[in-house]
Amino acid sequence: MRASDLLHPRPEGLYCPPGDFFIDPVRPVNRALITHGHSDHARSGHRSVMATQQTLDIMGLRYGEGFAGTTQAAVLGETIALGGVAVSFHPAGHVLGSAQIKVAHQGTCIVASGDYKRQKDATCEPFEPLKCDVFITEATFGLPVFHHPPDSEEIARLLKSTEQFPERTHLVGAYALGKAQRVMRLLRDVGYEKPIYIHGALAKLSEYYQSQGIDLGTLEPATVETGQKGDFAGAIVIGPPSAFADRWARRFPDPMSCFASGWMRIRQRAKQGGVELPLIISDHSDWDELTATIKETGAEEIWVTHGREEALVRWCELEGIAARPLHLVGYEDEGD
Amino acid sequence: MNRFAELLDRLVLTPSRNGKLTLLTDYFRSVEDPDRGLALAAITGDLSIAAVKPAMLRTLVVERMDPVLFGYSYDYVGDLAETVSLVWPQSPLDIANHAPTLAEVVAKLQAASRSDGPQVLARLLDSASTSARFAIIKLVTGGLRIGVSARLAKQALADFGKVDIAEIEELWHGLTPPYAALFAWLEGKAEKPRKTALALFRPVMLSNAVGDGDLEKLDPADYAAEWKWDGIRVQAVCEGGIRRLYSRTGDDVSGAFPDLAEAMDFSGALDGELLVGDPRQATGTFSDLQQRLNRKSVSPKIQQQYPAFMRCYDALQIGDEDVRGLPFRERRGRLEAFVRTLDPSRFDLSPLVEFTTWQALEELRRKPLHPVIEGVMLKRWDSPYVAGRPKGPWFKWKRDPHTVDAVLMYAQRGHGKRSSFYSDYTFGVWSGPEGSEELVPVGKAYFGFTDEELRQIDKYVRDNTIERFGPVRSVRADRRHGLVLEVAFEGLNRSTRHKSGVAMRFPRISRLRWDKPAAEADRIETLQALLDS
Repeated sequence: MRASDLLHPRPEGLYCPPGDFFIDPVRPVNRALITHGHSDHARSGHRSVMATQQTLDIMGLRYGEGFAGTTQAAVLGETIALGGVAVSFHPAGHVLGSAQIKVAHQGTCIVASGDYKRQKDATCEPFEPLKCDVFITEATFGLPVFHHPPDSEEIARLLKSTEQFPERTHLVGAYALGKAQRVMRLLRDVGYEKPIYIHGALAKLSEYYQSQGIDLGTLEPATVETGQKGDFAGAIVIGPPSAFADRWARRFPDPMSCFASGWMRIRQRAKQGGVELPLIISDHSDWDELTATIKETGAEEIWVTHGREEALVRWCELEGIAARPLHLVGYEDEGD
Repeated sequence: MNRFAELLDRLVLTPSRNGKLTLLTDYFRSVEDPDRGLALAAITGDLSIAAVKPAMLRTLVVERMDPVLFGYSYDYVGDLAETVSLVWPQSPLDIANHAPTLAEVVAKLQAASRSDGPQVLARLLDSASTSARFAIIKLVTGGLRIGVSARLAKQALADFGKVDIAEIEELWHGLTPPYAALFAWLEGKAEKPRKTALALFRPVMLSNAVGDGDLEKLDPADYAAEWKWDGIRVQAVCEGGIRRLYSRTGDDVSGAFPDLAEAMDFSGALDGELLVGDPRQATGTFSDLQQRLNRKSVSPKIQQQYPAFMRCYDALQIGDEDVRGLPFRERRGRLEAFVRTLDPSRFDLSPLVEFTTWQALEELRRKPLHPVIEGVMLKRWDSPYVAGRPKGPWFKWKRDPHTVDAVLMYAQRGHGKRSSFYSDYTFGVWSGPEGSEELVPVGKAYFGFTDEELRQIDKYVRDNTIERFGPVRSVRADRRHGLVLEVAFEGLNRSTRHKSGVAMRFPRISRLRWDKPAAEADRIETLQALLDS
C-alpha cells in the first residue's frame, strides 16, 4: 500500500487509518501511541494510550493517574497487532522511556522516530537503527551549523568554571525530564560527589529516574531552609530554565547562569538569554547524526517534521533521496 | 589555540568586569609563552595579521558545501564568522592529527602573502575545532569584539603580577608581542623590562570628586582652579623625533588626530584636553568633538571642519628634564613658557580661574562661560605629578547634573547578582500634540538606585508587564498610569540614531517619583531646549 495511506498528518497528529490510531497527537483522540514523555508529545485526555511502561509512568507523574482512559504498556521490540497493522516500539535514545514507533502493513514499513539522538546517554536505552521504507525524522537541529560536542567536554567546562568562580552558584538550566537527569548523571560520571541541589520541579522525575536504577547521587532541594544563603557558594543547582528569571533565583549568591541545550551552539542565543556559561548538551540529534541516521535506515523516502525541515529536505535531494516536510503542528521541543 | 578560543567564548558572555579579570588572569597563569602573549596582543589590538575580507570567507565556504545549505545556515545564525566556523566541513582525522597552537596559527597567517592568504586560512580551518575556527576567523577579519578593552587587559596583567597598573602602562609602548620579558617579570622570574623605546606614555594623574564637607577642611589659598573642559584627556609626547598622542589609558590615538600630531613639533610631554575648533577664536562643543571620535580614518574635510587642538594644563617633561617631581606651581610656570613656543592654532593654555573663597568659586562653577565647560578643577599648588588617583592634591568639582522626569517604558533583566532582577530601564518623555501625547524613548539607565529601590522597581515591572520580548518587558506607561523616574545626566547630544533625536550622556536614576502622575512627566521640548542652549 502507499505509505501515505498508512500514515498521514491530520490536525490531531499523525494518523494511521487501517490501525485507527494516532502517533503523538496534540489533541485528545480515541487511541494514541506515544513516543516519549515530553509534554508536546505526551498529552493528557486520550481515551486509550499505548507507550513504554516508563513513558506511561512519566505521564502519570506529570498529569496524575487519570491522564488517560486506559493504558497499555508496549514492550520494546515486541510486535502488537492493531487492526491488522503491525506496531512495535524501539529505543530512540532521547530520554528515559523514549521510543521510535514502527508501523508495518501490507509490505510497507514506516518508522516514526519521535525525538532521538545518537550520542551515548547513561540515562536511557541507546537508539536502535531500523530498516524501513519511510523514515519520519525530527529536525529540531536540522541545520549544518548544529554540532553537539561530546557531553564530557561540556561537563568539564562546567566543573572548570566552578573552580574558577568558587564564590558563585552555578545555576544550570535544564529541562525537567531527561536533560536535568542526564546532567546529574554526567556530573557523577566524572566523579563529582558533592550534593546537587535541585529546583522543586525536578524532584518527582529525578526520584523516578533513581527508582529505575539510574544513580544520580545525593540530590538536595535548593531551598533556603536547608541553610544560609552563603551555603550555595560554589554549588551546582539544577532547575528548569524558566525558574532562573524568577524571584526563586535570588536566594543564591551571585548566580552564574548556565544552560544545557543544543541551542547553546549559537552564541547570539546564549547572549540574548543572558547565559554566561552555555553547555551544548542536547537530547536531539545534531546535523551529522540526522544525516547518518537517514542513510542507515536505508529508507527510500524521508518525511521531515518539527524543526528546520527545509535544510534536511535539501540535503536529501542532494543525496538523491525522496523527502518532504510533514508540516505537523503543535510541537515546541520541550526537550531542548 | 583551543584555550584561546575558550577564553574568547567565555569573555564574550561574561558581563562583569571582575569575571573578565578572573578569566584573563587564569589564562595568563595557565598558558605558556608565546601563546599567552599573542592572545594578549590580539585582545589589545597589537597583533598584525593581513586581513581577509568577509566576501573571501564566503567564497571559501561555498567551495566546500552546498550554497543553499550555507544560505539556510547563515540566515539562521546571522553572523558570517560564526556561521562559517560552524558549517566548515572537517574530517575527524584532521583534528586528531594535531590541534595547532595559537603561535602556529599566527605564524602561518603572518607569513601568508596576499595571494595565498585564503588557502592558508582554509588549511588552518581544516585543522581546527569549531571554537578555534571561530577564533581564527575573528583574528583574520579584525576586531575580536569581546568586550575587553586594552585597559582591562592591562589591569589583568597587573592583577596577575600583583603590580600597579601604572607600571604596566608606562612600559607598554616599549614592548612588542609576545611580551615574554613582561610575563617573566610579572612571574618574578626576571627583572622589570627596561624602558628603551622613545616617547612612551606616562601614567596620568587623576582627581577625586569634591564630596560633602571636603572643601570646608581646605584652604583656598593652597589651590589653583581651572575650568574643567569637556573634551578627551590626552598626553602629547615627543622624544627623539617620535611623536605620540595617547589617551588617558595609554592607547596611542595619534592616527585619529593626524592634524594635531603634525603640529607636535617639540621635545617633551604635555598633559591636556583634546578639543576641536581654533583656540584663538572658538572652542567647539562636545557634539562637534564627537565628529572626530571613533573614526578609523579622518577625511581632510572633517579635519578642516573640526580641527583638533590641545588645551594644555600640565607639563610632565620639558626637553630632557622630567618635571613630574616639581610642585604644580613650578610646573605651571614651565608649562606657560613652553606653550608660548608652540603653534597657537593647535596648542593653548588652560587658563587659571581667579578666586579667593570657595563661595566665589561656587558662583563661577554654576555659571561657566562656555558650554563645553563642565565644572572646575582644583589643584594643590605644592603637589607633584603622581600616577593614579591620590586623595587630596587634585579635585574635580562638576557642574550639577541636569535632571528630567521620565516615564519607565521597558525593563531588561540584568546579569550576575542582578540576573533575576529587571534592572536596566528604558525611559521616555512625552511628545506630540495635546490630547494625543505619546512617549518617546530618550535613554537607558541601569544604576543610581539603591538595592531596596531595585526591588521595588522590579516588583513594579513584574506587576505591570504588558508584553515580553526575551529578557525585555514592556511596562504599562500611559497618561494615567506609569512610573516616573527622575533621571540625572551630564549632557545631551543630537542623535540621528534615536527616534527622539537626542542622546543622553551618563544617564542614571536619581530618584523614584512614586508620587508623580505619569502625565506630569517632562516633554521632549524640555530636552530640545537644552540642546539649543
